[in-house]
Amino acid sequence: MKIEILGMGCPKCKKTTQNAQQAVEELGIDAEIIKVEELEKITEYGVMMTPALVIDGEVKVAGKIPSKQDIMNWIEEKK
Amino acid sequence: MGECCGNIKTRLIYSCSGCVDVGEIADKVARKLTIEGYGKMTCLASISAGISGTIASAKSADENVTVDGCSVACARKTLENIGVKPAESYTLTEMWLEKGKTTVSEEIIDVVSQQIKQGIVSEAQSKKEQGNNKNTGCSCGSC
Repeated sequence: MKIEILGMGCPKCKKTTQNAQQAVEELGIDAEIIKVEELEKITEYGVMMTPALVIDGEVKVAGKIPSKQDIMNWIEEKK
Repeated sequence: MGECCGNIKTRLIYSCSGCVDVGEIADKVARKLTIEGYGKMTCLASISAGISGTIASAKSADENVTVDGCSVACARKTLENIGVKPAESYTLTEMWLEKGKTTVSEEIIDVVSQQIKQGIVSEAQSKKEQGNNKNTGCSCGSC
């Protein structure tokens, strides 16, 4: 599974990354977490606000920090 | 792209950008509103195409504003189809423009943009909205 965190490196983006890491650890799954900070790549996803979280190419949230539980739910849906 | 770390209110604007005169005006109004800082125009087609990033942005925005040329209201309905109710919806033919009879001009684009920024809705549109909220009365249309 590939989880991407879209954002320019602000505190909200860091918190989103942290929540994603905790969600992956808690579920004990094999997932790659990638931070995407290049504006060009971020806009390719069509997001208008960051932070955004993408799981296997699908944007799950934009403009908000998702909770660890939200991320765990999205991962479970993708399994 | 819109805001990142700040706590600035996010207002996204969608226009129908339809092929007739009022659709073109709706498109240009949305672009003008973006330039003037009222909000940020977003691709309506991207929503229709099911692009997850644009849909997620619409769902997270503080406010979504639709500008439709005519009463078919493609922009508003496109958002409603993804479960998003726009905070404000403007339909140019319900304001004061006539479909198929309006010359696209800078003056008209300026006036409509100003009216949207001021939240002005035409008397006809207000009456229609009030009518939609009524649960009583007959349906003759003249009461």
